Amino acid sequence: MSLSLARSDAGQGTRILSGPVISILSVAGFLLVWFIAAEIAQSRMLPGPVAVIEYIYKESVHGDLVTQLGITLWRVIASFVVAMAIGSMLGLAMGQSPALNRVLDPWLIVLLNLPALVIIILAYVWFGLNEAAAIGAVALNKIPNVIVTLREGARALDPGLDEMARAYRLSPWSKLRNVTLPQLQPYFAAASRSGLSLIWKIVLVVELLGRPNGVGFELHLNFQLFNVTAILGYTLAFVAVMLAIEYLLVQPIERHATRWRNKPV
Amino acid sequence: MQRAGVTSQFEIRIDEKTYVGADGSRLTAIRDFVLDVAQESMTVLMGPSGCGKTTLLRIVAGLDDRFVGKVNVPEGARIGVMFQEPRLLPWRTVRQNIELVAAPDFSAEDLEWLAQAVGIADMLPRYPQELSLGLARRVALARAFATKPDLLLLDEPFVSLDERTADRLRRLLLEVWSARPTTAILVTHNAREAILLADQLVLLASRPTHVVTVETIAVPQAERDPQAIEAIHVDLLERYPANFSGR
Repeated sequence: MSLSLARSDAGQGTRILSGPVISILSVAGFLLVWFIAAEIAQSRMLPGPVAVIEYIYKESVHGDLVTQLGITLWRVIASFVVAMAIGSMLGLAMGQSPALNRVLDPWLIVLLNLPALVIIILAYVWFGLNEAAAIGAVALNKIPNVIVTLREGARALDPGLDEMARAYRLSPWSKLRNVTLPQLQPYFAAASRSGLSLIWKIVLVVELLGRPNGVGFELHLNFQLFNVTAILGYTLAFVAVMLAIEYLLVQPIERHATRWRNKPV
Repeated sequence: MQRAGVTSQFEIRIDEKTYVGADGSRLTAIRDFVLDVAQESMTVLMGPSGCGKTTLLRIVAGLDDRFVGKVNVPEGARIGVMFQEPRLLPWRTVRQNIELVAAPDFSAEDLEWLAQAVGIADMLPRYPQELSLGLARRVALARAFATKPDLLLLDEPFVSLDERTADRLRRLLLEVWSARPTTAILVTHNAREAILLADQLVLLASRPTHVVTVETIAVPQAERDPQAIEAIHVDLLERYPANFSGR
């Protein structure tokens, strides 16, 4: 009796630790370390979390922090959509056709190894300092990763289910929706995960080099003014936006798409 | 049950089916195979394991067109297939798996009747991963019938089940099939299964596969109890020892 009680207590304990509590504790720990480091340093070069959060609040109410975040977010989303659309189509085609794969593989390897900075500079030189060049350059940096991931997905498609779909004469659209895309879902998830974080970092570089607005432009400006509070403020605010997208958009979608998995028998 | 536009017989003629290996070696799997499949009857193809039965069925299903010959399955004929593995879509519920391939006039009552008949009525909202192999096979059987097929193809549908489950499923197949008479081709290497189910029992020789003989079993399936099956088995064993010994 006492033994089973003890066991259920232990179960309760791990459930609390595995919940959101541990994530919150972890974030609080990070803020604490930052706070202590700033208190010890007492320098304009390392403002504490309170000063940075105050800056974010002040700039979003009186300044144009929200506008700049919005502009950068739009560029992230536009590049992401372009990269995922083109990358997954090419990846699927290359995964299913060995001939096409042999033709395009050298291009893919070149693109994979081309530094982001080179693509950005060339895009600005050739197409001018405009929005299309900026978004195109970012997408081009991401496309090879999407291709590689989705190509693996296309190669891992289950031939048994493919035969089933053909034997039952499913229409191409029905087959895509019911048989092919669900199998590719983990690969889409992996590509978009790594995609979002990579893309927003490259968007900042694109903005720094050739755009008159956005978080990257503001970071550049405040770097010249040596305003570390502003740099940390903009960074923190945008990281918060990306975390919100991850937890409020990406993860719920993923949970919905994988609800059939790991159900107890 | 005669349907417009569907001829009374399915004609299968495979002159030759050859696999070419990666090293260029050639292996002839089927040669001079001819079979007329009578409508609304159960044709059972029986032959040893690995004799090209699955290859044959894949050709009839239209999954493989690299062969010499002609499979006369009318244009627009509906086909239901039960593969060796259930091949259900794990991300769709049992109900969705069945409805995805169902005939246009497959109604809610049809689904209810079919689910009841194969004993999966409680499983409709579940996902395939929650089912045992036996249950998944029942779902695959229901799915094959949901197409209201002109031609039903069954590829060793009860293999790797324990004998009791397999036997229950064979009886289930007979029940559903008798209620909805369908032209069916089943392949198996199991002699007793073949004798229990067949109207026409087609004995195959292996490598390259061809027809040895076609036996018509006159006793209605419903009257084939273990004694009757044993009697037919003894008779066939005497006449075709090569096909029935070792089983």
